[in-house]
Amino acid sequence: MIRVELPGHLRTLARVTGHEVTLQITGAVTLGSALDALEAAYPALQGTIRDHATLQRRAFIRFFACSEDWSHESPDAPLPDAVVTGAEPLLIVGAIAGG
Amino acid sequence: MSKVRVLVGTRKGAFVLTADGKREQWDISGPHFAGWEIYHMKGSPVDPNRLYASQSSGWSGQVMQRSNDGGATWEPVGNKFAYDGVPGTHQWYDGTPHPWEFKRVWHVEPSLTDADTVYAGVEDAALFRSGDGGQTWEEVAGLRKHGSGPHWQPGAGGMCLHTIIPDPSNTRRIYIAISAAGAFRTDDGGATWQPINRGLYSKYIPDPTAEVGHCVHHVAMHRSRPNVLFMQKHWDVMRTDNAGDSWQEVSGNLPSDFGFVIDVHAHEPETIYVVPIKSDGEHFPPEGKLRVYRSRTGGNEWEAMTKGLPQSDCYVNVLRDAMAVDSLDSCGVYFGTTGGQVYASADAGDTWKPIVRDLPAVLSVEVQTLSS
Repeated sequence: MIRVELPGHLRTLARVTGHEVTLQITGAVTLGSALDALEAAYPALQGTIRDHATLQRRAFIRFFACSEDWSHESPDAPLPDAVVTGAEPLLIVGAIAGG
Repeated sequence: MSKVRVLVGTRKGAFVLTADGKREQWDISGPHFAGWEIYHMKGSPVDPNRLYASQSSGWSGQVMQRSNDGGATWEPVGNKFAYDGVPGTHQWYDGTPHPWEFKRVWHVEPSLTDADTVYAGVEDAALFRSGDGGQTWEEVAGLRKHGSGPHWQPGAGGMCLHTIIPDPSNTRRIYIAISAAGAFRTDDGGATWQPINRGLYSKYIPDPTAEVGHCVHHVAMHRSRPNVLFMQKHWDVMRTDNAGDSWQEVSGNLPSDFGFVIDVHAHEPETIYVVPIKSDGEHFPPEGKLRVYRSRTGGNEWEAMTKGLPQSDCYVNVLRDAMAVDSLDSCGVYFGTTGGQVYASADAGDTWKPIVRDLPAVLSVEVQTLSS
């Protein structure tokens, strides 16, 4: 089971209470499989974190794990063990922008 | 007793304003989708409790919302807007080719005959249709694949398809408008489209009478006369009496023929409303006076409606989808401003009152007339 922390506007959209959701992933725990599982559990999030067609990260969304920036990592890259075990969350963050 | 429901989209959420037929006491619900831009909301004429809303943000893109209870509760529906085939390029501001990219939904237009059918006008300009209540969307690709598509160019707000008007007398005819391509019409249910811009004159494009390239801001129709359309263009207020085959200017004595909104009285098809705006650079009311101009002659002769509206130091704008009318016996007229006010007139524009004063900047206003 992994933990994923969502930005506030996506928690509201997905009707999530609390800052985190938990996901069961079968197979390799990668950034891509974590996002696949997240969108399967919360379909309203499809298209809001990554593009529907290309699966590219949206420009103003970033990923962090274990104090490292994962925004530019391959979707096939295995997430850190601490995220895989649930000790640390995968952070999905809205980039800071005013307005 | 009838009542009205005003659907207000703003930069930071949606609001639903309701009143009885007197339109004096208003209940305000919202913000729904707080923090998100709500470009447009509209209810189904078939089932008035079925509402559709376009919700978007710079962070997370496009979301579509649907309500089945008049806006009390909402559910997200499909947000996958994929252009048909390889979308190719249109012109960028500097005339160079630019890839077609989906950005947001500007306008939703529920079908006149089926609550589950709804059209969406998007940026970069294209028309989409859903036949399952917004769960899935398919491009009406004949429009974008009209031969002029590669020559379309964005206006200052983006290359948006902002106006969709189904013909109530002909299910196969739809009018749309794009900034800055112009107006188009289909007579075969969307398979093929033709530009309907003859008579428009735009001095800011290389060929002022070009077939496409005109910055149409909004178009309105009275449902009793579907061949008569009124247009607020970037400059000029125009009308056509032959379904867009030709247009004539009817700006007449307006203090500025620039503006965004235009609408038609619910019971008087020759009574129309605009809000003149100073441009090109300013985009606020001339002389700092917020005035709705009404013509009872289908244009050319205009009178300023000022009672209840600020007549000094007012520097708001009224955006293209931010005016609507109700269909009560005494026609109500409503508009919202970038200053967050929504003004209502229960007497066809003679007098005005703010329903609310301090919302986020208003992007759109729609009105439903309901039998309670």
